[in-house]
Amino acid sequence: MGKEQTEFNRLSAVSAKTNAILNIILLGYALVCILPLVLVISVSLTDESTLALYGYRFFPKKFSIYAYEFIFSTGSQVVSAYGITILVTVLGTILSILIIALYAYPISRRDFKYKNFFTFFLIFTMLFNGGMVSTYLIGVNVLKLKDSIWGLIFPYLMNAFWVIILRTFFKTNIPDSLIEAARIDGAGEFTIFFRIVMPLALPGLATIALFATLQYWNDWFLAALYINDPKLVPLPYLLYQVQTSMQYLLQNSSNIGGMSGDILSKMPSEAARMAMVVIGVGPIVLTFPFFQKYLVKGLTVGAIKG
Amino acid sequence: MKGKEILSPSRTSPAWWREIKKNRAMFLMLLPGVLVLLLYNYLPMFGIIIAFKNFMFYDGNFFTSLFKSEWIGLRNFEFLFKTPDAFVITRNTLLYNLVFITSCTIVSLAFAIMLNEIRSRKLSRFYQGSMFLPYFLSWIVASYLLYSFISPDKGFINMTILKSLGKQPIAWYSEPKYWPYIIVLINGWKWIGNNCIIYLASIIGIDQEFYEAARIDGASRWQQVIHITLPQITPVIIVMFLIFVGRIFNSDLGLFYQVPRNAGMLYPVTQTIDVYVFNSLMRMGDIGMSSAAALYQSVVGFITIVAANYAVRKIDPDSAIF
Repeated sequence: MGKEQTEFNRLSAVSAKTNAILNIILLGYALVCILPLVLVISVSLTDESTLALYGYRFFPKKFSIYAYEFIFSTGSQVVSAYGITILVTVLGTILSILIIALYAYPISRRDFKYKNFFTFFLIFTMLFNGGMVSTYLIGVNVLKLKDSIWGLIFPYLMNAFWVIILRTFFKTNIPDSLIEAARIDGAGEFTIFFRIVMPLALPGLATIALFATLQYWNDWFLAALYINDPKLVPLPYLLYQVQTSMQYLLQNSSNIGGMSGDILSKMPSEAARMAMVVIGVGPIVLTFPFFQKYLVKGLTVGAIKG
Repeated sequence: MKGKEILSPSRTSPAWWREIKKNRAMFLMLLPGVLVLLLYNYLPMFGIIIAFKNFMFYDGNFFTSLFKSEWIGLRNFEFLFKTPDAFVITRNTLLYNLVFITSCTIVSLAFAIMLNEIRSRKLSRFYQGSMFLPYFLSWIVASYLLYSFISPDKGFINMTILKSLGKQPIAWYSEPKYWPYIIVLINGWKWIGNNCIIYLASIIGIDQEFYEAARIDGASRWQQVIHITLPQITPVIIVMFLIFVGRIFNSDLGLFYQVPRNAGMLYPVTQTIDVYVFNSLMRMGDIGMSSAAALYQSVVGFITIVAANYAVRKIDPDSAIF
């Protein structure tokens, strides 16, 4: 079958000329997607004084890793923001997966009498929302999310779309007979869920986990709403803050005191900003090949079976 | 009667209590999710009455303040729709979305077909990976990547391309005329890879026998694309299209706020409903105006989503969300 298939594909393939043209177009677009990141990496590795003279270039005129040394030494703010981002991503993803899976499982069970009610209760949040203002006021005044680490985690714990993806996954991948058999053996509902359903659903859970990781890692919006305290600022929001002034890098380091003016003048501000971008996307780009496989699976399930 | 009660004491408890006991494991599982939804999704839905009030804090408590705030009917909405902003933000939101929907669908589809047609699977996977990369990056990062090209004094375009052509540098962040194109391009850059992969997955799922039959009939590769590939994935295209349409009143705050760096001179072409709500709430602290705009968006958005879902249901019931 396999051999026959490739043979068949070759016979019916496009002509060599068309193939070449298509490859050129696709390669061109692939470069458009990658090169901006290359430019930013190059800038982060360029000596600050040459940046002012020649602008941002794909090949550093004068190579320097001072920007990285700088943000990791002086900018305790960068280190703290990185720590917050990691903490929020790890904690948020774990909690969110657990809550989403615990919700998806009952509504995936055909024998659960109230599954339609809880499905609707979930889906209605996709259709209508209170809007940013009402959500913000309640978040600050009722849920006390202002300047709390929960402000960066709680709002994204539930996601109706992901619950639906996972519910579909449970429905199609976990046979009723298996659950029935476990029940006859005397297993309780929670034992069934944690011992049988969750291990079988690992590919589905991985997809959701990756969505959640990306969302928490990349988020600036919740910080913009709820965070004023420099100690709780995550990296994407710090990147937003330093667009206007590098001063933000020093807001957390009280030990610098009167010297901050001096430090600011010596700061490799252009290269340091780009270095922050690079350390922000680093983990994502490095784990990207692993991400890709599961996300493709999730996206296709989500889009076609949603 | 009495004997029966002793035999099954649960009979005396009310029916709803028996139901809860019977399903208690399921309810316990649902509980955390229900709590999050109640607190962060349903509670704010009731908060929309803020839009009909002159909201003020009378004491620390949000609910008593909300209760005490004066009802002003539709006055917030009157103010909003009297400003020229109301028209501009609605126009921007709708027009950008229409352009996004059409351009993204066509380009992603074209790339998906190309990826399926090229001979080397290895190269195809490399292109897919590269195209998918922008989807993983945050809008903040995207805004820096763009900035490295169009920064007025150091950007690659001004300092290298325009300089070598002997042209004057362009003040990108204060020239509204370029931004409709920039916004559309950046949005495409971020999403095309993602959409393309969805289309590609459904193209790969097409039964090979169709192509075999067409080949026997002497159909060229191009004819096969037109007469087999496209018709076969039309349902997916329509469903994706309608899902987009359902969200036509929403805009990505990252794209419209971060990418143009919230530059005031660009507002006429970059301000959407979301940006307007965010700016008037967080910068101006204008609760009346922003809550009116937010509710306007929620209500119209609700109508478009329900309508789009109704249309999806007609075409492909499995893809409908309810």
